[in-house]
Amino acid sequence: MKFAVIVFPGSNCDLDMYHAVKDELGEEAEYVWHDSTDLSGYDGILLPGGFSYGDYLRCGAIAQSSAVMDEVKKAVEAGKPVLGICNGFQILTEAGLLPGVLLRNKNLKFMCKTVGLKVENANTLFTNEYVEGQEIQIPIAHGEGNYYCDDATYEQLKQNNQIVFSYADDFNGSRNNIAGIVNERGNVLGMMPHPERAVSELIGGSDGLALFKSIVKQWREANVSHA
Amino acid sequence: MKKVKIYVTLRESVLDPQGSAVMGSLHKMGYAEVEDVRIGKYLELMISDDARDVDALVNEMCQKLLTNTVIEDYRFEIEEAVSQ
Repeated sequence: MKFAVIVFPGSNCDLDMYHAVKDELGEEAEYVWHDSTDLSGYDGILLPGGFSYGDYLRCGAIAQSSAVMDEVKKAVEAGKPVLGICNGFQILTEAGLLPGVLLRNKNLKFMCKTVGLKVENANTLFTNEYVEGQEIQIPIAHGEGNYYCDDATYEQLKQNNQIVFSYADDFNGSRNNIAGIVNERGNVLGMMPHPERAVSELIGGSDGLALFKSIVKQWREANVSHA
Repeated sequence: MKKVKIYVTLRESVLDPQGSAVMGSLHKMGYAEVEDVRIGKYLELMISDDARDVDALVNEMCQKLLTNTVIEDYRFEIEEAVSQ
């Protein structure tokens, strides 16, 4: 499976994402610059964390208007898996590919620590290697991870099982502790925590690896025939 | 040349932790009568006269990039400006 790691000016988790896919999973990965106009050669799209365009205007707002985002939209329509982590999640909401928005943490602080995450939905292409209700330990590092959406959107998210991860404890003010959501079709996941930083015991934990394995497993089942 | 002044404010329904922190500070300084603080943004655009319908253009730019209508409201004023 071949992944594109989209790089914007100011991305800083692109290397971790690349490392997770290439070295820990043993799959193919390539960096793709934000002005690229062709993602047709990739099976999965990864939007890494960081501070694209210095978070100017609103986090993710300027990246959202990059040329590559038209291609990301095409990939979404084609049903390819698209994963946005941290700033990648913020970009996906600004692009309208996921509902809601990420606001400043309620205590106004940038928070960097490992937190407990509950797997709310293990029936997605991103989480099939987890068990529903499982609690995993994943690092967070964000100042604007306070998920907000209106009541109607929240009801919709709940009804369609689009809430995939929630925080075990409230620390940033997110609505109902939401940490990660998918789109209605289920092929776009946005989450604030960093699974790509938890792919090996050597770096403090490997609970994030199953997320990447889930994507690959689903893709293999759909695309590789065993003769 | 037109000068466009855009005021972006957080929607009523959205909490403003920054505003709350500033209000807390004002209270500590003795301004107990302050009942609410909301922090917004102010943008100025200079737009050439040969531009298309400025009003429509500014609305379009606000909706596409300058504001996020999920959490923000905006209003703007268009003024005549002398080009430098």
